[in-house]
Amino acid sequence: MLTAMLAIGILAALFGLLLGYAAIRFKVEGDPIVDQIDALLPQTQCGQCGFAGCRPYARAIAAGEADINQCPPGGETTIHALADLLGLDPKPLDAERGEHAEKTVAVIDEQVCIGCTLCIQACPVDAILGAAKQMHTVIESECTGCELCIAPCPVDCISMVPVKKDIRDWKWPYPQSAQRPVAASGE
Amino acid sequence: MMPPDDNAPAMTMLPDKPLRFPGGLQLASNKAQSLGGPIRSARLPRRLYVPLSQHIGEPAEATVKIGDRVLKGQQIARSLSYISAPVHAPTSGIVSDIGKYPVPHPSGLSAECLVIDCDGEDRAVDSGLKMRAALDADPAEIRQKVRDAGIVGLGGAGFPTSVKLNPGPGHQVELLIINAAECEPYISCDEALMCDRPQDVIDGIRIMQHALGARQALIGIEDNMPRAIECLTTALRNAQDTALRVVPVPTLYPAGGEKQLIYALTGREVPSQGLPIDIGMVCHNVGTAAAVARALIHGEPLISRVVTVTGAGIAQPGNLEVRIGTPIADIVEQCGGYTADVARLLMGGPMMGIALHTDQLPVIKTTNCILAASRDETPDPRPALPCIRCGKCADVCPASLLPQQLYWYARARDFDKVQDYNLFDCIECGCCAHVCPSHIPLVQYYRFAKTEIWDLERERQKSDLARQRHEFRIERLEREKRELEARRAHARKTPDQAGAGDADAKKAEIAAALQRVKARKAQQERESGTGESLGAEQQRPLTEREPRRATQQDDEA
Amino acid sequence: MQFPTQSSPYLPPVNDVTRLMVTVMLAMIPGVLCLFWFFGWGVLFNLLVASFAAVGTEALILRLRRRPVRPTLGDGTALLTGLLLGAALPPLAPWWIPAIGASFAIAVAKQLYGGMGSNPFNPAMVGYVVLIISFPLQMTLWSPPHGAGHDLLPLLDAARLVFLEALPPGTRLDALTMATPLDAARNDIARNLTWSEILQRPLFGSFAGRGWEWINFGFLIGGLWLWQRRVIHWQIPAGMLGGLFLISALFYIADADSFGSPVFHFFSGATMLGAFFIATDPVSAATTPRGRLYYGAGIGVLVYVIRTWGGYPDGVAFAVLLMNMAAPTIDYYTQPRVFGHRDAGDDGND
Repeated sequence: MLTAMLAIGILAALFGLLLGYAAIRFKVEGDPIVDQIDALLPQTQCGQCGFAGCRPYARAIAAGEADINQCPPGGETTIHALADLLGLDPKPLDAERGEHAEKTVAVIDEQVCIGCTLCIQACPVDAILGAAKQMHTVIESECTGCELCIAPCPVDCISMVPVKKDIRDWKWPYPQSAQRPVAASGE
Repeated sequence: MMPPDDNAPAMTMLPDKPLRFPGGLQLASNKAQSLGGPIRSARLPRRLYVPLSQHIGEPAEATVKIGDRVLKGQQIARSLSYISAPVHAPTSGIVSDIGKYPVPHPSGLSAECLVIDCDGEDRAVDSGLKMRAALDADPAEIRQKVRDAGIVGLGGAGFPTSVKLNPGPGHQVELLIINAAECEPYISCDEALMCDRPQDVIDGIRIMQHALGARQALIGIEDNMPRAIECLTTALRNAQDTALRVVPVPTLYPAGGEKQLIYALTGREVPSQGLPIDIGMVCHNVGTAAAVARALIHGEPLISRVVTVTGAGIAQPGNLEVRIGTPIADIVEQCGGYTADVARLLMGGPMMGIALHTDQLPVIKTTNCILAASRDETPDPRPALPCIRCGKCADVCPASLLPQQLYWYARARDFDKVQDYNLFDCIECGCCAHVCPSHIPLVQYYRFAKTEIWDLERERQKSDLARQRHEFRIERLEREKRELEARRAHARKTPDQAGAGDADAKKAEIAAALQRVKARKAQQERESGTGESLGAEQQRPLTEREPRRATQQDDEA
Repeated sequence: MQFPTQSSPYLPPVNDVTRLMVTVMLAMIPGVLCLFWFFGWGVLFNLLVASFAAVGTEALILRLRRRPVRPTLGDGTALLTGLLLGAALPPLAPWWIPAIGASFAIAVAKQLYGGMGSNPFNPAMVGYVVLIISFPLQMTLWSPPHGAGHDLLPLLDAARLVFLEALPPGTRLDALTMATPLDAARNDIARNLTWSEILQRPLFGSFAGRGWEWINFGFLIGGLWLWQRRVIHWQIPAGMLGGLFLISALFYIADADSFGSPVFHFFSGATMLGAFFIATDPVSAATTPRGRLYYGAGIGVLVYVIRTWGGYPDGVAFAVLLMNMAAPTIDYYTQPRVFGHRDAGDDGND
């Protein structure tokens, strides 16, 4: 009896030491899970999730304060990736946050723009060029389609247009049924 | 076939007899239909649609304007990056439009094209490509000329040839392999070229070999083309050329795949994700070699190519020399038009070609074959059944992949796993789908997965960029805040002067701004008329374009 | 002109599931004829009932699952499952034995897993194992082979026995049945008889069970034809027969009196049927070339182990199911070297 208790006690102490050592030896700096979550988010910085950008949302997910289905731009792909990473069950997109829509970019109607710079201040990725009282323009390749510039514009000169379909970015469709031919819509 | 030459310089050890690559299929060749006669010259159409991107790499940039008169062989679009190729006017005429027109592509989408209204005179400009002694020239000069001639791989991929003529620093080219295997059924343009113009082929190969500094060159050709083999060997014998050998390889699809042909001829495998140059070899298509000879010896840039027009849907199949940009409908008409059996129009062969939704598409540099096939030749796909894992696909896969596993993961959109099973070693030859007893469109699954993975990669890069820009912005805002606070702190320390000065300056600034706004408004009102006339100026070519488009549609109808 | 578009390749397909299945059925003919010759009408009843039950169950379940019935039945996979099971059952078994076995095979082993292509286990063998575990008595109702005892039952008597479970007047069931050679040999070994003594008994022919030699030979011929027609790969039969040969030869050399010879094992029980027709079911087997060899060898060894030391006379069904479980793992570790890669583990498959 005594030997058994002694043995268990020694073992417990040993493993405790081992764990303690491991905790020090393999200590991870920072919070890599936030980086990993952030890497899966689409980086539109649109705030539709209710947080001030993708990283704050990632931090909230990591802290368990936000659900994984609050990112409309990422849509199902992002939800599945997050579920995979965090070992959760994927769930449908939170409809309150918006819908997963086709990718768009902002375009400024340069005839109407008064050069107020309000959109420049709103753009989370500095994708709008221009200075006070100068006409502004959106750098299309940098625009994330977050729509944050729409609301501040006093003259409503910004509109969202779908990203142009380019032959070079064209994707083969998922085979629907062998009988249905590949959707080939000429222009 | 040359007898083994004992005096030949030390060469890479080659197998005595071509090897058999893994997998592959015996297919009915169906080449005889289009080999009834010599290569015919196709007549000039009234209008050419010349796409700016007919190659792998960046599209070329137009160097002419709408309304410009161009001459045959004149460069009309230049290449802006290393992996790109210029485009030349296939004949003389007037540039009537630059804009999006349908091009041969599986998407059926349109791309930027130059439209040339041919004047029928076919007047040529001196291209300046001709070299007096290409075989003595500096390789760099040859490469530049090949580049200027707009030559790209004519076998189907369309990779800029000048890039492939540059072995790059630290690479010694042991062997130049000329791909004349033409393994896909129906296609016979290379065979016709070798029979009709063996001299161009041989001249081109010599120039390429010289440019690459390759010790040795081989022509790999499927053994079901005895006439082409005969023509080439005769030409070589007449030229007393012993350095170049014609090596027949057994007819087995896809013997014309670059990696498969290299293996068959040399017994060496091009590393996965690698290039032939990694094992000291370079592979060019036989048609490309002929195009090099046409450019550097005869001064013709790549403005035409040999196209096989065949299939049970064509009344008179044959091989035609076609100007780039010629609408397919035009060529079909010259081959006697469609037969009643026509069911499908393909560009390329029946294993790897693209199905075209219309014949109002131009021939481009990589168009080796126009196949108007009957329903018997290319039946409608049958409904796909579940995979029964029979493994027939793996038996015929020339890359030794496990197509059934790739299918499984591609279908499940598991893009990590599908790459673990080496999706990107798939050459899309179509063998697996051809033998699949469940009629699963396997190749489309792989293409779907590949384009999806590329797209994800693009998205990732874009989101990385957005993240970076967002972080920079946050940093900048914080820095500005800090600076503002610092300034405020400074201002608090010396309240009277700084505060008053600031206020005065602000007032003055606002007043000045108001002034400017007024001035600008006034100016805008004055200029409004001019602005509109400028707009009209820009509009003119557009409005001109419309009737032209209308007439074109009339032509098509 | 407008044309339809699709992804390449476009050539007419050269293979077809239905045609593959029909080829396999045709290849069963020599073996089935031998079975019929030696065991009489019961064999045909088994095949018939099992086929009907299999096809009927498939149709029923497809309807329940709201899947197209006709095209799926047309692929012939359900019919083949029924035939394979029917060919493995004892000829005097009552009709509900093949009926239950085939229904279970299709309903549970095939459709519950998602239908054709999704079943991890060979449906026919699942059906067989369910029967042999649930109805051990009925599963021993083998008659003595033609020429090794009394005459075979005539058509009507056989039908009455199978469908009405009515014995011909004046006979007892015991008198009609006889142990299979594998069963007999196992009992004799337990009674300390030597193999040379065992082979003297009327139940045995030249080197294995009387009749069974020919039945196995028939399936061997059909199997070779299947291989020649490229319907099956050589690796699984070769692996299975090779594995069986190696292990049986080892024990035979060590002790020829207590262990059957390789030839005996090759031509006994369901060896050839298993090697060429059952283990080669592609859905549940390993699919890589090397994997198929290991998979087959595993079955061969297990067949011997179960026959020699196990609780059941023939082990093909159990061996196949056990190796079905191992197939995904085998596939994973036997991926072929991809062209242009240095070794099989290059890039990826860690």
